Amino acid sequence: MKTNDVIIQFTAKIVFFIIFFFSIHIFLAGHYTPGGGFVGGLLTSSAIVLLVLAFDLNTVRHVLPINYTYLTAIGLLLALATAAFPMFLGKPFFTHFFDYFNLPLLGKQSLHTAMLFDSGVYLVVVGVTMTIIQTIGEDE
Amino acid sequence: MNNFLLLPIIIPFFFGMILMFGQKNLKYQRTFSLLGIGIALISAISLLIKVKNDGIQKVTFGNWPVPFGITMVSDMVSVLLVTTTLLIAFFVVWYGFGSITKERERFFYYPGIMFILTGVNGAFTTGDIFNLFVFFEVLLMASYLLIVLGGEKGQLKGSIKYILINVISSALFVITVAFLYSVVGTLNMADIAVKIAEVNQPGIVTVIAVLFLMVFGLKAAIFPLYFWLPTSYASAPIPVLTLFGALLTKVGIYAITRTYTLFFVHDLSYTHDLLMALAIATIIAGCIGALAYFDIKLIIIYNIVIAVGVILFGVSQMNEASLKGAMFYLVHDMLIKAALFMLIGIIIYITGTSDLRKMGGLMKKYPTLGWFYLIAAFGLAGIPPLSGFVGKLLIAQGGFEAGSMWSSIFILASSLLVLLSVIRIFLYAFWGEEKATTGTVDKKIYKTLFVPTVLLVLITVAYGVGAEWITPFMDDAAKLLYDPSIYIDAVMKED
Repeated sequence: MKTNDVIIQFTAKIVFFIIFFFSIHIFLAGHYTPGGGFVGGLLTSSAIVLLVLAFDLNTVRHVLPINYTYLTAIGLLLALATAAFPMFLGKPFFTHFFDYFNLPLLGKQSLHTAMLFDSGVYLVVVGVTMTIIQTIGEDE
Repeated sequence: MNNFLLLPIIIPFFFGMILMFGQKNLKYQRTFSLLGIGIALISAISLLIKVKNDGIQKVTFGNWPVPFGITMVSDMVSVLLVTTTLLIAFFVVWYGFGSITKERERFFYYPGIMFILTGVNGAFTTGDIFNLFVFFEVLLMASYLLIVLGGEKGQLKGSIKYILINVISSALFVITVAFLYSVVGTLNMADIAVKIAEVNQPGIVTVIAVLFLMVFGLKAAIFPLYFWLPTSYASAPIPVLTLFGALLTKVGIYAITRTYTLFFVHDLSYTHDLLMALAIATIIAGCIGALAYFDIKLIIIYNIVIAVGVILFGVSQMNEASLKGAMFYLVHDMLIKAALFMLIGIIIYITGTSDLRKMGGLMKKYPTLGWFYLIAAFGLAGIPPLSGFVGKLLIAQGGFEAGSMWSSIFILASSLLVLLSVIRIFLYAFWGEEKATTGTVDKKIYKTLFVPTVLLVLITVAYGVGAEWITPFMDDAAKLLYDPSIYIDAVMKED
């Protein structure tokens, strides 16, 4: 029997973007409110998992052709690079820097290198979660 | 402030990430893993020289003042262990080229080794008790990968036991750190030592000391917590077994040594006597195991347990001679265990079995292998001038100075049983009738296995013969362990 899952597929397309943008919001707001790279990454992967549930692994892999192992490695490299960068300036490992910038549209904002480290964490979390789900999912 | 001491941790970590790319390209994987360990080894050796000349090196992450940030401290104890770790890893990876199967190599074997080195080196270098936990987890996660990689039946059986035990001991570690934190209110190891000295180690701190002994004892395999070790380790492939046998239990020993020489030094009659009793029981248990089996893997694995007991006996005596002996013996044991596992790996490769009764007469075809095995066996037992001698001599001397007459004599006597257990392998495998071998020996693979093994055996010989040159380093390490104020002053002072 062929099931017709038009409602879940249609809803998933909309809800995916809601969850994804919320995860980006949580990720960016981590410095001042609860949130950060870890929950942000988990939420993003849950958005992708919703797509996997509504469609199937191969479709999602076709739509998002990402090698999640490489994503994990890139995230780790980004985190290490952020932490190791101060070593070349004669500062201790993991020293962070911040300053205020006048950005177009957004106005005066503070930018902090902890954000880069958090992006590394975000990529690692997405990569690891999706690797686990994909590997178990396609295991016969 | 000096970032140099982080290089032996960061370099393997960095290469581990790089090796996650190009998973199927064996040439790339092999070259870059050897290259990474080589660079890390060079930086560790220059760090060793720097620590010898300039004293303890430290860096606090993120430019924070000392008790508030995570401090990494490289003193003589940790830098010696870091250098030994990388030296062994270099030879094990080289040996692995001939021994580990291609399917494993293509499935993140080398990143696993790199991350295990990150964890081990980090655990040796850290100056923060919770950070020590994190590095323990780093090395354990990587070791879970390495022990299960390949997915054979025995490996699955061994790894489930291994993971279960380590998850429990990690949970216990967190609970213990929570107890300690609620008593002293700090996580920096030097600061903890200061705070414990201020309250003069009340009963609750002694309880925490015993809990730490349980946690690290599970990792280091002391009596009665060693039960998981033989079957788990025996299931792993030889290069992985070598790495585990040489490094992982030693991290537990290092953690016990550090906590028992830095934190819990105010109630010696309870904590250190308990440690001594457990160390002696560990030696007995190990000796029984080493003599009971006809499986060569298990014989050497039980010898790990014996060595754990000997080193911890040295630590429990708490005088300069015994601590120096413990350091000497710790480094010796890492090297010699790696060499022995690699040697029996070759024997297993030639004969195709690990059962002593099914092998014999290897001496005719492989005389050099036989003699090198004999040298390594004598080194393990501590026959002068080989590497095990100085350490055990100093441990016994420290024992006599501390008044533990009978237990020191027992330590010396246990060497005979160690010798007997490893000579049995020599008698059965190399002498006697030549038996039909099932394994087919490829000359090229044999050479890849043989060269790194011989080099490592020669290093252990040099370690024993050149004890005179190594002594100044060990003196520094022993002074540091004996007098915690050196460590505390170096970490707590402002720079």
